[in-house]
Amino acid sequence: MLKAVYEWIDGRLDITPMWRDVADHEVPEHVNPAHHFSAFVYCFGGLTFFITVIQILSGMFLTMYYVPDIANAYASVDYLQHKVAFGVIVRGMHHWGASLVIVLMFLHTLRVFFTGSYKNPREMNWVIGMLTFGVMLGLGFTGYLLPWDNKAYFATKVGIEIAASVPFIGETIQNFLQGGDIVGAETIARFFALHVFFLPGVLLALLAAHFILIRKQGISGPL
Amino acid sequence: MATPTGNAQTVVYVGDSRVARPTKVHVPRDYMAYPGKSETFIPNFLLKEWMVGSVVLVGFLVLVVMHPAPLGYPADPTNSAFIPMPDWYFLFLYQLLKYPYLSEQFVVLGTVLIPGLAFTALTLIPFLDRTPERRFTKRPVPTMMMLLSLAAIVYLTWVSWDHYQHELKAKNIIPEHIAREQEMHAKKQAGGGTGGDQPEPAPVKVAAIVDADDAAYKEVYMKATCVQCHGAQLKGNGPIPGLLGIGDKYNAEQIMDIIRNGIGGMGAQYDANISMGLTDQNLEDLAAWLAKQKATP
Repeated sequence: MLKAVYEWIDGRLDITPMWRDVADHEVPEHVNPAHHFSAFVYCFGGLTFFITVIQILSGMFLTMYYVPDIANAYASVDYLQHKVAFGVIVRGMHHWGASLVIVLMFLHTLRVFFTGSYKNPREMNWVIGMLTFGVMLGLGFTGYLLPWDNKAYFATKVGIEIAASVPFIGETIQNFLQGGDIVGAETIARFFALHVFFLPGVLLALLAAHFILIRKQGISGPL
Repeated sequence: MATPTGNAQTVVYVGDSRVARPTKVHVPRDYMAYPGKSETFIPNFLLKEWMVGSVVLVGFLVLVVMHPAPLGYPADPTNSAFIPMPDWYFLFLYQLLKYPYLSEQFVVLGTVLIPGLAFTALTLIPFLDRTPERRFTKRPVPTMMMLLSLAAIVYLTWVSWDHYQHELKAKNIIPEHIAREQEMHAKKQAGGGTGGDQPEPAPVKVAAIVDADDAAYKEVYMKATCVQCHGAQLKGNGPIPGLLGIGDKYNAEQIMDIIRNGIGGMGAQYDANISMGLTDQNLEDLAAWLAKQKATP
């Protein structure tokens, strides 16, 4: 039955080559931690993606309770943390996962740097990776405000002041992020939109490009 | 023979679409084309990578279970005692701004120039380091620059955190998320230790402001430094205690002593108030009025 369904779809879309290419491509020995223990350094990229998936899933569950406005944001996080079954676990995964993504992505960047993997022909993928890093930092910054406790509020205030010190465009950035003259109701709505829609959209596009390029160029050879 | 079926390899289009009818099964490249013990991505390699992934996942979940995500008190823009701290991975950039030549009139150097240069250089490294040599030992300049940057990041992060810890100690502040946990824990204990869903304890009798028409309140307290932290309604602010009912704890003389010498995280306030135009008599009146603030009149 399943086979018949698959063949029905395959006959119309010719999907076999796509997934066969992903599944069957050869992974060389020098990146395989089963053959060389030190090859675990090649796992950091995959682990970053793994934690990113956890972030997306836990974030989706958090939005089931979170309310992005200044009157209810704190109360909703408080409720989620202390009353909802497993809420403390889901929020904990999202909170610590945010740090872990940064750590793992940093280690992945160092691995690529020290193995010289960014060199010809992989320059573009390095640049895409750095942009991904920037988006991740943006996700960290925008997510920090959302619980709307004192730490969130004052860190965001300082962060926006720093952005405002940029010559020429500083004030524009400040207005864009704050959505007004102060860190307030409009700011939390904007940060929520950036954190949940804009930045994840950009992130997924960058990740898709990152993976397509890896598939196209293959992993860099042994040193 | 209406259709050309002689050659099975010919692409036959279905209807008017551009989808080719599959003519051959996908043949993966020969294993012999790669040196060493290579293996297919799915499932062989992915299962091995999952070994590493599961170790990371277990460590991650242990962290999650042992340390609940922190949550302080609701944001209060009038809270002047709070020490702002960004997330830990921004600390090294934050610390940069605390050095004299990277702050005040030079702040653009600290906020834009140095981080901008570093991140731009890192992004453009493939175009700066163009030799085909890949081993880091054979390209000392990029390697040394990266190691120096790493050392700087670690050092700045550590200094920033260390400074924060000292500041907390000096000002006698418990970070809010910890204070809040302790408060919840204490409440739970008081409620018989039944867990989080016991009924709210009966509301504590809230002390009101005694003699609110006194000039010591309207003229002196509102002008003095006290109001900035303890609030116009004497309710305090987060870790800062309120002054309602303070008369139960201290008499006028003791309050005057606190104004002169400070207490706990509060520094001496006397000189600051005198320099703001208040007189010694004003402060004596204020202390006398505060001593009248008793929860049970």
